[in-house]
Amino acid sequence: MAETNGHPQANGQHYVGTRTIRPDGVDKVTGRARFGADFNLPGQLIGRVLRSPHPHARIVSIDTSKAEALPGVKAVITRDDFADQPSEFIPAGEMMMNYKDVVRNVMAREKALYEGHAVAAVAATSTAIARRALKLIDVKYEVLPHVIDVVEAMRPDAPLLHDDLFTAGVEPKPEKPSNIAKRVEIKQGDVEAGFKKADIIIEREFKTAPVHQGYIEPHAAVATVSEDGSTELWTTTQGHFIVRAHCARLLGLDIGKVRVTATEIGGGFGGKTVVYLEPLALALSRKANRPVKMVMSREEVFKASGPTSGATVRVKLGARKDGKFVAGFAELKYQAGAFQGSPVQPGTMCAYAPYDIEHVHVIGYDVVSNRPKVAAYRAPGAPISEYAVESVVDEIAKKLEIDPIDLRMQNAAREGTKAAYGPKFGPIGLEETLNAIKKTEHWNAPLRKWQGRGVASGFWFNIGGETCASLTVNEDGTVSLMAGTPDIGGLRASLAAVAADELGVPYDKVRPIIGDTGSLGFNFLTGGSRSAFSGSLAIVEAAKQIKADLCARACKLWEARPDQVEFSEGHVRPLGALAEKVKPMSVADFAKVAGKTGGPIGGVGRINAQGAGPSFGTHLVDLEVDPETGRTTILRYTVAQDAGRALHPAYVEGQFQGGAVQGIGWALNEEYIYGEDGKLQNAGFLDYRMPVASDVPMIDAILVEVGNPKHPYGVRGVGETPIVPPLGAIANAMEAATGVRFTELPMSPPKVLKALKDKGLSKA
Amino acid sequence: MARVVLIGNLAQLTGGVKEFQLAVTSVKQLFEQLGALHPELRRHLDDGVAVAIDGQIYQDSLLEPIAPDSEVYLLPQIAGGAMFP
Repeated sequence: MAETNGHPQANGQHYVGTRTIRPDGVDKVTGRARFGADFNLPGQLIGRVLRSPHPHARIVSIDTSKAEALPGVKAVITRDDFADQPSEFIPAGEMMMNYKDVVRNVMAREKALYEGHAVAAVAATSTAIARRALKLIDVKYEVLPHVIDVVEAMRPDAPLLHDDLFTAGVEPKPEKPSNIAKRVEIKQGDVEAGFKKADIIIEREFKTAPVHQGYIEPHAAVATVSEDGSTELWTTTQGHFIVRAHCARLLGLDIGKVRVTATEIGGGFGGKTVVYLEPLALALSRKANRPVKMVMSREEVFKASGPTSGATVRVKLGARKDGKFVAGFAELKYQAGAFQGSPVQPGTMCAYAPYDIEHVHVIGYDVVSNRPKVAAYRAPGAPISEYAVESVVDEIAKKLEIDPIDLRMQNAAREGTKAAYGPKFGPIGLEETLNAIKKTEHWNAPLRKWQGRGVASGFWFNIGGETCASLTVNEDGTVSLMAGTPDIGGLRASLAAVAADELGVPYDKVRPIIGDTGSLGFNFLTGGSRSAFSGSLAIVEAAKQIKADLCARACKLWEARPDQVEFSEGHVRPLGALAEKVKPMSVADFAKVAGKTGGPIGGVGRINAQGAGPSFGTHLVDLEVDPETGRTTILRYTVAQDAGRALHPAYVEGQFQGGAVQGIGWALNEEYIYGEDGKLQNAGFLDYRMPVASDVPMIDAILVEVGNPKHPYGVRGVGETPIVPPLGAIANAMEAATGVRFTELPMSPPKVLKALKDKGLSKA
Repeated sequence: MARVVLIGNLAQLTGGVKEFQLAVTSVKQLFEQLGALHPELRRHLDDGVAVAIDGQIYQDSLLEPIAPDSEVYLLPQIAGGAMFP
């Protein structure tokens, strides 16, 4: 039996809550696992993309004739190969996108809207020929003025990206187009009246840089389209059913004719919830009548796939002398990239969600500029707005001389608190995470000069959604488990544990796989911290069907009534007097006689999962600033988060640790750096500085388990919340170490050094 | 009667009215009654909003029951559904 998390196991639960062996582990450590770029088909062509060198330019003409004439080139595609799409909004990960924009993002039409925007693509018999062909494509551009910064993009005289974009959400409706796609608002109570009750008000403006999800595996896809229109696609994605839907729409195919298989995935974090290469590979394959493989370079990943928004955030928070928060205001301006659809709406809803505040008003703006279209990134929008609020909370704690954990505890949202975005919370675990952090040895450990300690809390909603998963009992009693959401953070291990406990079979007798789109009903994608929550609900449903079926078969075999049998601990058991006549039958016993008792044994859970419990976390960080260089070293880091119930504690801790490390990168180093020419200057891991193992200490993880009453095991989503608190916690630790309140991310060495020099704290 | 509250920009489509008292027993009925009262809302309801019933958020769940004394909030969807106005 694997090590448990110390959580008491309920009857029949042997594997849930334990650190079982990963079903995908052996293949991954031996190199057998096939990721996107590992997949190949006989006779495949290599596809490459021609990308705009300009951040903003009208495409006057595209001449592909020379490229098409090059020996070895089998297909060339441009905007003319994709039908235009009407304006219709669809879910794209955890954000919305308009199909009119999707078709323009995968292949530029009237204009190139960012450096790296796809303009044409070729399929050739080799990479070398494909590259040569790209050079032969003659694109005539009319270069236009560009705008990169969100505040500059909002100015009335800013270069306009879309002449049909009129700000939504304002009255009266604007008569002129602008780069402001929409204004959103969350309002509770009367903030002006609330601020009048405040003894202290802190108001600050913050800036955050756009950061990339930084998945190690680049986008990759292999497509083949047959003469009858049947289509197969293998791709690295967080949602192959979503890829299928998008590709069918963009290429005018029947959904039933498109079969998509998700390969193993080397990270996504929200960035693989949309399509980039997939429609291009399909269009090229359809034109060439051959399979086509496409893989992005790292430079392409940075330039042409979605980072998350950079933003400007103004926060105003008022509190009484005793520390009670009375009113909170915020104004968020989020970059959407070249097309509308930033995560500003969830940003507004999350900003004050950890706290019980009577008066809250948050306004958000979704702003387009000449950057790649943003994609979801772990808790989209929340880290930005909550960073700003957590910084101000820390400042209030200092001004009022109240312990920062005590201040958060005093104002923490609890069961019954009316959330800043409207409804009342059910059972939640913010208080428990604050208590857990305060009880650590870390909280009271001594610090030296230039070292600082910071704390911050964070919130994310979590979601459910459409989910289909199946269980099949094989002839020998082993169980095949099929899920339809790609496994990024431990789905297979978690669902196998649930299936093993539900059916009472050994964990190693359950083989979990991710099925293709032809094998299961529709599944929403892996995102919103939903896959283990929703998938386990679907598996419980599938197991319920199997247990009912086995009980029915037992009744027929034993000539018994339904109330004379029950399923427990992996067996159908006779009850009462019947127990003296017949012996219990295990799942394996039924498997042996499946054919003779009605045929194959299996169940399919088809649900639209509801009841995802919200998740809260609190992070504690120690860091040290070098006054000579401005470099910051993370010394110690502790995460406490409410997981509801950890199906697989090691994977949940991994989520906590991964989120913390990504947050460290966001806070300290990562940023898209643009030149005056509107071109990205750091499109590679050498210059885009993500944390590596040697940059961070072991992240200590504390599992808090306040059960979600809407899940039979108490599960909450865990994947996104851990990236929310690090930005604020690190900024607060920086202030503690240096006395400087940093209001701009990243707090990279040049900025830190300048701030220290300005304060006379560094002589470097 | 359930107390129904609109959050975010939806109230722009109801002339600023944010609260309703409605005799509804399901999300489907809620959308039908709100749509009849304010036709401009209909598209946004049809396309998808999140509905919080007594604190529990539901998405794309037309058949969810609503009790007579329920407190119901209509929210922007967290994932899926329609663009808010």
